[in-house]
This record gives sequence, structure tokens and C-alpha cells, in this order.
Amino acid sequence: MTNITRRTFITISAATVAASAIGFPRPGIGAGKRVVIVGGGIAGATAAKYLRLMDGGIDVTLIEPKKIYTTCFLSNEVLWDHRNIDSIQFNYDALGKHGVTVVHDVVTAIDPGSRRVTIKGGKRFNYDACVVSPGISFNWDAIENYTPEASQKLPHAYQAGPQTLLLRDQIKAMKDGGIFILVAPQNPFRCPPGPYERASQIAWYFKNHKPRSKIIILDPKPEFSKQALFTAAWERYFGYKTGNSMIEWIGEADAGEVTRVDVKRMEAIASSPYKGDVINVIPPQHAGKIALQSGLADDTGWCPVNHRTFESKIHKDIYVVGDAAIAAPMPKSGYSANSQAKVCAAAIIAKFSGEPEPVPSFVNTCYSLITPEHAISVAMVYNLGPKGVIQEVPGAGGLTPKDASDEMRKREVAYAYSWFRNITHDIFG
Amino acid sequence: MDGAKQELRNMSRDINNHPPGKRPYCAALLVLCAGFFITGHAAAELPGSAMLAYTCAGCHGANGSSVGPASPTIAGISVDYFIETMLAYKNATRPSTIMSRIAKGYSDEEIRLMAAFFAEQKIVRQPQDYDMKKAIRGRKLHKKYCNKCHEDGGALADDDAGILAGQWAPFLQFTFADFISGARPMPDSKKQQFDKLIKQQGADGVEQLIQFYASQH
Repeated sequence: MTNITRRTFITISAATVAASAIGFPRPGIGAGKRVVIVGGGIAGATAAKYLRLMDGGIDVTLIEPKKIYTTCFLSNEVLWDHRNIDSIQFNYDALGKHGVTVVHDVVTAIDPGSRRVTIKGGKRFNYDACVVSPGISFNWDAIENYTPEASQKLPHAYQAGPQTLLLRDQIKAMKDGGIFILVAPQNPFRCPPGPYERASQIAWYFKNHKPRSKIIILDPKPEFSKQALFTAAWERYFGYKTGNSMIEWIGEADAGEVTRVDVKRMEAIASSPYKGDVINVIPPQHAGKIALQSGLADDTGWCPVNHRTFESKIHKDIYVVGDAAIAAPMPKSGYSANSQAKVCAAAIIAKFSGEPEPVPSFVNTCYSLITPEHAISVAMVYNLGPKGVIQEVPGAGGLTPKDASDEMRKREVAYAYSWFRNITHDIFG
Repeated sequence: MDGAKQELRNMSRDINNHPPGKRPYCAALLVLCAGFFITGHAAAELPGSAMLAYTCAGCHGANGSSVGPASPTIAGISVDYFIETMLAYKNATRPSTIMSRIAKGYSDEEIRLMAAFFAEQKIVRQPQDYDMKKAIRGRKLHKKYCNKCHEDGGALADDDAGILAGQWAPFLQFTFADFISGARPMPDSKKQQFDKLIKQQGADGVEQLIQFYASQH
């Protein structure tokens, strides 16, 4: 390891200085180049903003049906009125100020041959590069009877917005002593710790307001994200592993996979039927619909991409970022999406300028709030491995230590909220 | 009280109009402020400084200016202090929640590149709630105990100490707590002065200092 001492910075190598002459931002180099972005979530909005920041000459059009975006992160706090939904909602005004043309419409086709994007009204947009960031869509065939209509009674609340409010109202209306069933999805899915953070927060709400209530998590998986930290917290606060636990987790070993729901009888059916007063079904997922329609996904239902640029491995000049992309070992998280979008934007600009593909660097940081004074986190730094595949930097990252003090867990709450404010400001500000 | 508020404001203006000449690395960094597009042989497989630094924005804000409520602003930080801080996290000699895990992900060369980026960024300070009475008292304490190392209300980067002016109050509270508990070690020269502060002014003094720094918008 190089030993960096104070005041040694100036000795940075001459080669680096020379190499850095092509700096950033570089307004105008991409003049006349058109980028069309399909989907204005975390990845799409980040790509739009950073493309414009990196090169003010690029013509960037973002197409997104919703005028207001509701973040999935922190939406679990809306479910028990710990937070108002408007605090997690953002508009696209600031992107407009950065020079992004925002079109609120639905993309119906992406044609890689003619390099054109078509919207519902029939209007077409030509592109030199197209960024596809549609997030997830649900596999409605996976759980028998769980249809979009059924989700109006048994909400998924896993695309934030009206679904979040629907589930919130059901939780509020539930009687003390009721049963809340959470049906967790198979891997891979958006926000791996999300369902377990949700169970934790709702348990906290029950403990304080409806203490005779129970939560049953039905899960097809043998294990889940941050499991040891979650279950330690559940033991501490909710009697987990005792006869009187507020939370029960039924995983693969106990046949927790739900194959059918009965909306009328309010049942989730795994090896046997589980009756609930509120049933939250988070179905298995794949890439957003437009990515599937455009042939950008492989057999897994997710989109293979070059990890250095995020260009599709299937269609040239189309880039897929965020939850829809296959970027393992990076999880499908907001921070991953934000980080990938910046790498993608830099790669597009390099391509327009005829420069080599930039060397990428990624971070994921993900907090889970368990109680108002107890948060846990996972973090990782990623780079490009020898085979051009994203890899975790050896020795980096990991979870909140199991023996972290109460003070450190409280600080993680403050940093979780800082994460939220800064990442949303980075994207929508 | 109005006069005092004006004085606090004046101090803020000084901070925001900090003369660029007082930043010795400025010219060198302008050249060094590498973008994404490093093409030199020696650095062929290193990400550019902006590429590296952009990954920090999710917690520390766009270009290192945090919009709070707790994670610190790192824009405008001195190169040396950034490097010292990252190495302390990397070697786990400074307590942290998450930073030790993150710092381990970077080589020393990468840390240097990030330092170059953040040192070049202009701080965008956000208004914070603060207690005026405490802030005024804190200003006096700052002059008496802290100004020698953290010049100009703790607004300068070129003293190679952390920038305190306008830093987020919860972060300052955490930092003071770690110094007081001994979890974060302090160089002897600094420790003497710090111990004096704690002994003579106690927890109230610490709170007043924090309120002063929070007032410097």
C-alpha cells in the first residue's frame, strides 16, 4: 500500500496530469447528439441530469408517463403514517432547468433498427443513444388469482404511489389482534431488504398501537437480505423466536412459497392456507414492460448489459440502467440505479466523442429503518473485474456490525434520512 | 439581538466570499481535476476523479455539498484532510457507522483522485435551525479555543482541518461525542486545547459551539 503522507499530493504522477487534460464538464462536444431516455425513475432521471451536466451540448429527452414520481425508498414509513407521502414525491421541474426535455407520455415502441422511440400519441423521437430505465414490472402469472385487479384488495405497495396509500389505509383500519400477511418474492427483486424492513416497521407500529396483532411473512426463499441483523432486532423488540412473537417468518424450509391467493376468503395459500386481515403480496418481478416488449430482456426476464457501459448486449446504442439491468453482484436498489446511471452517462459521452470507454466505479449504500432509533445498513464499492464483469472490491463494504452500539444504530437513522435527502436532491434537484 | 444577528451574518458573508487566493492548491487542482476520461498509460485502469467522486453524492450531496440533515458536506475540503480522513476510516482508526466499510473499497491513488475533486468544489451551505443566544456564545468560545486551528469561524480548508462553518449540527454532535469519549483519537497538540474547552465549558460549551457553526450559512 502506498503510504500517503500529508502534503504529498502534489507529487501525483505527470501521466495523470496529462491524461486529465480532457476534463469535465465539457460543454458542447456532443452538440447535435440526441439521447432519448425511457422512464423517469431513479436511473432515468439521474442519467438525464448527468448527461446534461457532463456535456451541455447534448439534446436529452426524458419520456415518463407520471408527472409526479414517488420513491419506493422510505415508502414503508408512509404505511404507518410515520411520514406523509408528499415527502417522498418529486416532480421533473428541476430536470427541465438542467435543459432536459421532459415528455409525459407512454413509450409504445423502441426500434433499434431505425433508432426511434414511439410514444402513445404516435409521435416519434430519433436517437443516437437510448437509455431504457423502466424499473420493474410484476409477473402476474406467478401467483394464481393474483391479478392487477386483485392487487386493489391485496396491495403489493412495491411501486410506490396509490398502492402505498391503499395498504396504509388497510393497516390503519385493521383491528387490534388482526393478522398482517406479507408475501415475499423470489430473487432477484427490487430492494432486497424492503419486505423485511416493512415487516419491522409495521411490527413497531403494531407494538405501539395494536399490540395483539401478528405479522406472518410467507417467503419462498431459504434466507433473506440482512437476515441476521433483522432477526436480532426482531428478537429484541418483538419477541422473535419466542412463543409470543409478533413476527413469524415462514421460509423455504417450512414451505412458505405462496402459489395462490383467494381474494374473497382473504387467504394466501402456501403449503396450507393462511388467513389474513390485511394481505400484502409482493409478486415476483422482471424488467419493466417496455424492456420486455423491445426484446431487451433474456430468458431471466432481466436485461443483459455490458458492465462497463450499460449498453444492451442485445441491441446496439440502447443502454439499460437501474432495476431492469442485470448488474449482479449489485443489488436492485436506488443507490445502484443512481450509480449505474452516472457510469452510463459517462460512457455515452465518451462514445459520442470517440474516446475510450471510461473505467467505471460504483457504490451501493442501503439503509433499513427498523424503529425510529434503530437503523442498519449494507454498503459496497464495486469496480470492473478482469472479465469485464462488475465485482465487489475485495475487503470493502458489508453490513452494520452485529455488535454495533445503540448510539451507532441511532446515528444510522440520521444518516438514512440524509441518504434520502441527498440522493433525491442529486436526482431531482 | 439584531446587531448580533447582523454580525453573525457578516461572518457568513466573509465565509461565502472567501478569496480564492487563500487556497494554495487551487491552480494545481484545476489541472488535476480529472474527469471521466483518463487516457494516460499509467492511469489506464483507474477511474477518473469525477467518476469516483460521483458515487459519494447519494449521501454527501451533489458535488459534496450535503443537504442534510446529518451527513457532512465534503465539498471544499482540503486535499490533505480528505486523505487523512479516508485513510483513518480505511484503517478503522476513526469511528464510523458506514464510512469504514466504504473507504476500504478504494486504493490510495483513488483516494487522492477523489480528494482532488472535492477540494475543487465550492461549498453550498444550507440554512439550519439554530439557537441565536447559544450561537453568539459559541462564537466567543470558537475564538478562544478553536480558531487557532480552524481559522475564520472554521470556514477555511487550507488550514488542513475539517471545515466547521455551516457543517450539519448532528454530524458535529456525533464528532464531539467521539472526541469526548476518546473513541476518536486526537493529536496531542489539539487534545490539550480540546480538554481545556471541555473542562472549562462543559457540555453547554460544546452545544454553543455547534450552534455557532450551524448558524454560519
